[in-house]
Amino acid sequence: MEHAHHVEHPDMYDEESSKIGMWLFIFTELLLFGALFVVYAVYRYMNPDAFHLAAEELNRTIGTVNTLILLISSMTIAMSTTALRKGHRKTAITLVVVTFLIGLAFLVNKYFEWGVKFSHGIWPGSEHMLNEMSQGEILFFGLYFVMTGLHALHIVIGMGIMVFAIRGLANGKVKVERPSLLDNCGLYWHLVDLIWIFLFPLFYLIH
Amino acid sequence: MQTSSAVNGANYLTYQGKFKGLLGWILSTDHKRIGLLYLYSIAAMFTTGLLLGLAMKFELLAPGKTIMEAQTYNATFTVHGVIMIFMVVVPGLPAVFGNLMMPIMIGAKDVAFPKLNLLSWYLYVAGVILVLTALLAGPGSPDTGWTFYAPYSFKTGTNLLPAIFGAFVLGFSSILTGLNFLVTIHRLRCPGMKWTKLPLFVWTLYGTAWIQLLATPVVGITLVLVALERIFGVGIFDPALGGDPILYQHLFWIYSHPAVYIMILPAMGAISEIIPTFAQKHIFGYKAIIASTMAIAFVGYLVWGHHMFTAGMSGTAQYYFSLLTFIVAIPSAIKVFNWISTLYKGAINIQTPFYWAISFIFVFMVGGLSGLVLGALATDVHVHDTAFVVGHFHYIVFGGTGFGFFAAMHYWFPKIYGRMYDKAWANIGWLVFTIGFLALYTPMFYLGIMGMPRRYYDYLEEFHGGNILSTFGSWVLATGFVIIVANLIRSARKGEPAEMNPWHSKTLEWTVSSPPPVLNFDKEPVLGEDDGPYNYK
Repeated sequence: MEHAHHVEHPDMYDEESSKIGMWLFIFTELLLFGALFVVYAVYRYMNPDAFHLAAEELNRTIGTVNTLILLISSMTIAMSTTALRKGHRKTAITLVVVTFLIGLAFLVNKYFEWGVKFSHGIWPGSEHMLNEMSQGEILFFGLYFVMTGLHALHIVIGMGIMVFAIRGLANGKVKVERPSLLDNCGLYWHLVDLIWIFLFPLFYLIH
Repeated sequence: MQTSSAVNGANYLTYQGKFKGLLGWILSTDHKRIGLLYLYSIAAMFTTGLLLGLAMKFELLAPGKTIMEAQTYNATFTVHGVIMIFMVVVPGLPAVFGNLMMPIMIGAKDVAFPKLNLLSWYLYVAGVILVLTALLAGPGSPDTGWTFYAPYSFKTGTNLLPAIFGAFVLGFSSILTGLNFLVTIHRLRCPGMKWTKLPLFVWTLYGTAWIQLLATPVVGITLVLVALERIFGVGIFDPALGGDPILYQHLFWIYSHPAVYIMILPAMGAISEIIPTFAQKHIFGYKAIIASTMAIAFVGYLVWGHHMFTAGMSGTAQYYFSLLTFIVAIPSAIKVFNWISTLYKGAINIQTPFYWAISFIFVFMVGGLSGLVLGALATDVHVHDTAFVVGHFHYIVFGGTGFGFFAAMHYWFPKIYGRMYDKAWANIGWLVFTIGFLALYTPMFYLGIMGMPRRYYDYLEEFHGGNILSTFGSWVLATGFVIIVANLIRSARKGEPAEMNPWHSKTLEWTVSSPPPVLNFDKEPVLGEDDGPYNYK
């Protein structure tokens, strides 16, 4: 059969579609964490005293600093999407890079925070936890490591998307007429921020 | 860029783009080629699952050890379940016929995110490879059952991690397909294709996509927790550390009950296309079918507890879950009434897809009504964890999704390959398959009520008769399957060329040539006021 012709598949870019797609993906992320919040609620209800005791162990200062860090990073990523809308490509790139670095700062803090826990012998399955902690405390720290760990993984993924956004901005594929990648990068980062806003009080503040 | 009319000679099967041969397929973002990739992968996995099922039935031919030990039997039913659920019936109709037909049915050139669509297929393949690794390598095949119940799932010494991870990746593939379809149906309908003119198959894909999107993440995180339990011992589901294994069951079924609607809704959609086509009549209660589809998708979220009536749950919770289970049966019944009413005073054209569709209605009704026996609190205590559950489950999932799949296959086959299958052999295949199906699963209802437990490789002598019939049925069913597949493979290569619209259907996919052109339409279709998916005179 004749098929020498070459058909280009049409350019399917549609800003509205990308945005709907990203929002739907955010729904799935919310349900992913939602299940963990349910588990947290159940075990907190069953072990109120142990959760209270275990929360004392966490460092509120680092938690507060990390919360501020993430709030500022949400501001800078929002500023970068506005900058692109106004046609300031270079400013947009700078702001995404700044957001990336702030994300890195969050992870560095997290590294030290977890490091202190490890040095106190607290990690899932550790001798210290199994021998000296109540079941409620074990659950608290199990959830603490799972939820903040999964959140940190999302920070890393968000930073990965930023790398693509920076590359797109640099080579002109992300531009005023095609801002979806940067917009979606921003939406995703806000989600990561928002989840932390719930994790922070649940683990550090409620007593 | 050239317009598609320049390539009128080439259809999507023969077209050669940038890549040739196999690469032209596995790197293609054409929704139709991706649909066929799914069809071949799913057919391969179904055959694997079928062989495992045959092995199980052979073991149950006589009491005591027939061909395998208890441990092998445990591994066999686990892998059979994992393959059939996560790799066959969950992706099943949406991934194959949704991809092949849905964009054409709404008058679009492709799905909203073609590259993401191809990524979904790669994730599917990755998930399959991971699960097969668990099966073939390491310290023994998983033996937990497809439900991975805690605490056994982190106590068993078998190679469970790759299987769990594989199920997670398959879930991700399913989420991305659902997301893609939702955006496609919202954004890419052709002019004039209002929501009230959407073909019912597309409507069911829409409802399914929401479930895929909103339920799958919950099982995803649950499987991650089991994996973390195995690796680190975080304690969340481990009673020794204060965790609650029942909580695992809740989280698992919050996804896995809606998942059965992922399996059945698109099959109902395909039946809703086939019934009016072969009755040559407008579908009865178009809007009622849409409403019941969305009602199933919604209420289906709220019934998961009926899997746990005997696992430990408050009486209040049991009453609610039982009541909601009865309520969720209503929309399914509405659909059955609509299909039957469509046939009333129709000019019925009896063809192979129609045989599949009416047998679908029959087995679906048996499956659904036996489900009510399990949804009622008192009778559930009597038959739970018996062969009755296996019978019900296979009637509704294999009978529902499987018969729906074969109905869709015989309905859209001429469009997909541009060739017609041998109708006589197709009918023989259907008859043998259906007889085998009834012989295989019907005795399970009897055996279950008599008290034969499920998931045992052995049984008491008094259950021998029913098991012989069931095993015999499995051979007949497999014979029917071979006839069907052989006929379809031969016909795809050498069948008579098919017309554009052999069944006189009214939906858009039948207005393009068979097989469809690369970009589906030479000119974007426009629906007028009087056009509609089921406008028969």
